[in-house]
Amino acid sequence: MKGYTWRVLVVLGIILAAVVYVVPTFKPGIWPNKQINLGLDLQGGMHLALEVETQKAVDGTLDRIQGEMRTLLRKERIRHSRMAASGDNGLVIGLMDADDVEKVEDLIESEFEEVTVRSSSSTQGDVNVEIAIMAERAGQIREQAVEQALETIRNRIDQFGVSEPDIRVQGERRILIQLPGVKDTDRAKELIGRTAQLEFKLLDEDNSVQRALEGQVPPGSEILYQSGDTAQESRRPYLVKKDTLLTGAYLEDARVKIDPQYNEPYVTIDFDRRGARIFERITAENVKKQLAIVLDNNVYSAPVIQEKIGGGTARITGNFSMQEAHDLAIVLRAGALPAPVEIIEERTVGPSLGHDSIRMGLISMAVGSVLVLLFMAVYYQLAGMIANTALVVNILLIAAGLAAFGATLTLPGIAGIILTIGMAVDANVIIFERIREEQRLGKTPAAAIAAGFDRAAVAVLDANVTTLIAALVLYQFGTGPVRGFAVTLSLGVLASLFTALFACRLIFDYFYSVRRMKTLSI
Amino acid sequence: MEIIKPGINIDFIGRRYLGYGISALLLIASLLTLVINAGPNFGIDFVGGTIVQVQFDQKVEIADVKTGLDQIGLGGSAVQRFGAAEHNEFLIRTNDPLSTGDDFSGDISKALSASTNADPEIRRVEMVGPQVGETLREKALFALFYALLFITIYISGRFEMKWMLSAATAGALIGAVYVFSLFNVSIPFLILVALIVSLVLFYQLHLRFAMGATVALIHDVTITVGVFTLLGKEFSLPIVAALLTIIGYSLNDTIIVFDRIRENFRRYNRSSLEGNINRSINETLSRTILTSSTTLMVLLCLFFLGGDIIHDFALAMIIGVVIGTYSSVFVASPMLLFMQGGASPVQGTAAPDAA
Repeated sequence: MKGYTWRVLVVLGIILAAVVYVVPTFKPGIWPNKQINLGLDLQGGMHLALEVETQKAVDGTLDRIQGEMRTLLRKERIRHSRMAASGDNGLVIGLMDADDVEKVEDLIESEFEEVTVRSSSSTQGDVNVEIAIMAERAGQIREQAVEQALETIRNRIDQFGVSEPDIRVQGERRILIQLPGVKDTDRAKELIGRTAQLEFKLLDEDNSVQRALEGQVPPGSEILYQSGDTAQESRRPYLVKKDTLLTGAYLEDARVKIDPQYNEPYVTIDFDRRGARIFERITAENVKKQLAIVLDNNVYSAPVIQEKIGGGTARITGNFSMQEAHDLAIVLRAGALPAPVEIIEERTVGPSLGHDSIRMGLISMAVGSVLVLLFMAVYYQLAGMIANTALVVNILLIAAGLAAFGATLTLPGIAGIILTIGMAVDANVIIFERIREEQRLGKTPAAAIAAGFDRAAVAVLDANVTTLIAALVLYQFGTGPVRGFAVTLSLGVLASLFTALFACRLIFDYFYSVRRMKTLSI
Repeated sequence: MEIIKPGINIDFIGRRYLGYGISALLLIASLLTLVINAGPNFGIDFVGGTIVQVQFDQKVEIADVKTGLDQIGLGGSAVQRFGAAEHNEFLIRTNDPLSTGDDFSGDISKALSASTNADPEIRRVEMVGPQVGETLREKALFALFYALLFITIYISGRFEMKWMLSAATAGALIGAVYVFSLFNVSIPFLILVALIVSLVLFYQLHLRFAMGATVALIHDVTITVGVFTLLGKEFSLPIVAALLTIIGYSLNDTIIVFDRIRENFRRYNRSSLEGNINRSINETLSRTILTSSTTLMVLLCLFFLGGDIIHDFALAMIIGVVIGTYSSVFVASPMLLFMQGGASPVQGTAAPDAA
């Protein structure tokens, strides 16, 4: 009986705190506490896991270095026979003259910060210098690619308009995205997954496309196809120079406009000052030539440059629907992904299914609770009613725990609560059976209760610890909905320990020590 | 009210060979099922693949659904009804992690509505790539392994009051697993090694209670997995959650019985181990049955009313709880007797009283 008042205060305090945490879920905005979060499987939405193909970002850097190298060698009048990627982020430069090896090595030392010379060899007319991106730098590029992809995707999603998206990096090169309530999932995926690498390249008008298609692609050029939904073969091929003159990196804004003549939407892009200068120079130097506008390796258009274009504005046309044009503008504004991404996991739940899940979860919870409450009341009478009170408090505590920790309630989480309802009374059963045993030994109600609680406590604790261990391990290794189960199960175990060992004991003490009831109704 | 009368005295130990027989039968059946099926039926969570749950606004035939899928190159998918027939709901499943980008849902909707003349609603899409499947498989196995490890340590520590010994066991176990993991063996094999090592250690160190509990755990998990596979059910992430919960929960009853065995040894020091175990099982029988009953009660509600997504989870839990209750009486406790050979009789260790 020691500390009775103190114990009453603790229990009431905890219940009060629990109520404070739970109320906003049912009456949002009543006070600043948060509502219980619903998982995507309950409220509907999309979960995506993307893998950033970070090696592509390193390859891209190597491509750029190759271009710069070519320009530099030309400037320095060093003749080279070939230049090709050699695997493992390396690049082999074939030289015509063995005497140039040292010159090239010096150039690399002074002009390129990111590369080192891997090996040089000159055997009988075959002179090679192999350079490679430094391992440390390659790692940096990979890391940056993931960071930048995260940032870009976040921008795109913000502009797409999803409330409370959750976007985070997982592991080395995965990005997890949770979009609650998103309806047009195809469109969202298109928007997120698109690389959106915008490039301006000259057409190679000196060589024939036909011959290139037959396999004789001139060095420094490549075949790209007209954009469109149809298979690549049925689209128009272009022979395009590999050198990129301008990219979307210099882009300042992109907007949808309607062509008044054909009533067709197009996207107009504005370059920043540097981009505008580059654009002006390109157009001035290449009047009467065709400039291809390439997005993700698809040619959107290849207009002939009529005259020098100042002001830094260009337009992208291509039979867009209004929505396509709108989404293109979003991805251009948000910037390109530094490397392509691949969707490696998707879990989408429609809102109607989530609704059904909640409804059925609540129904089984209600029916299960009523059955357990009835059983306890019938089997243990007054003691059973005490256990039932504790059970109600238990559910309240789980809900409060979810709200307080900002945890997410998922469908397996609801299953966890239902399971807890069945398991919480286990502790009561163990205690009550022990009290009955003590009573049969001839003890007074108060003594039987005290002995019952004291002796059963260890067993109850042991039994719950094992479940708690399992739940914690599950939390550590589980993802998404399953984690929600681990959370409710852990909360349920802790709450039932508190209610069974502490709260129930208090009520018993009230009846049999304070009110001194003579018959034990158990 | 009382279902099990206080004076009950059933000779469980005398009939333990019946229990051994039933357990052996169930274990053999489970292992055979697993061997014949080449392991459990892993769902897309673990092998990768795509599931689409689609509901139509009116009655449609499976054949029409398949025709529609054929049109968009998904002819190889398995199509099955999901839930009650009047829901017109289907589950489309392939083992290919399809690229779900590029108008995936749109294409399926169009194709299905053309072939069935009904309006389809895509309610759920789950696509798991092979690399994710592998990660999840690994995580699930590690979760099972660690749950077993920690619980075994806890049991051997709590029941034998030999925390040092149990810490040493754990150390040996982790060491053994580490050595084997250097050889790049598969995780299931690692778990097997860990289990064998712990059983051998428990036997050698005469950690009777730990041995009994661990054998019961292996028994419960194996049979649950076996029965689940026999019923043709698929292993998904929630099922792993169910298995872990079973590992935790099926021990509850065992713990209650073990606690009583220990308590009775202090009280009736002279009695035989056999008599003591039997007395303890009988004394705790009412709570063993009642605790499992309340849990089964809510699980049955979940099974029948909780909806199709949670159906299999509830089923796995129901199997596990039933097997776990049975094993605490017929497997865990008789194991103590089995362990008596070569060991000193169980002594009342300095543990507190318990139920």
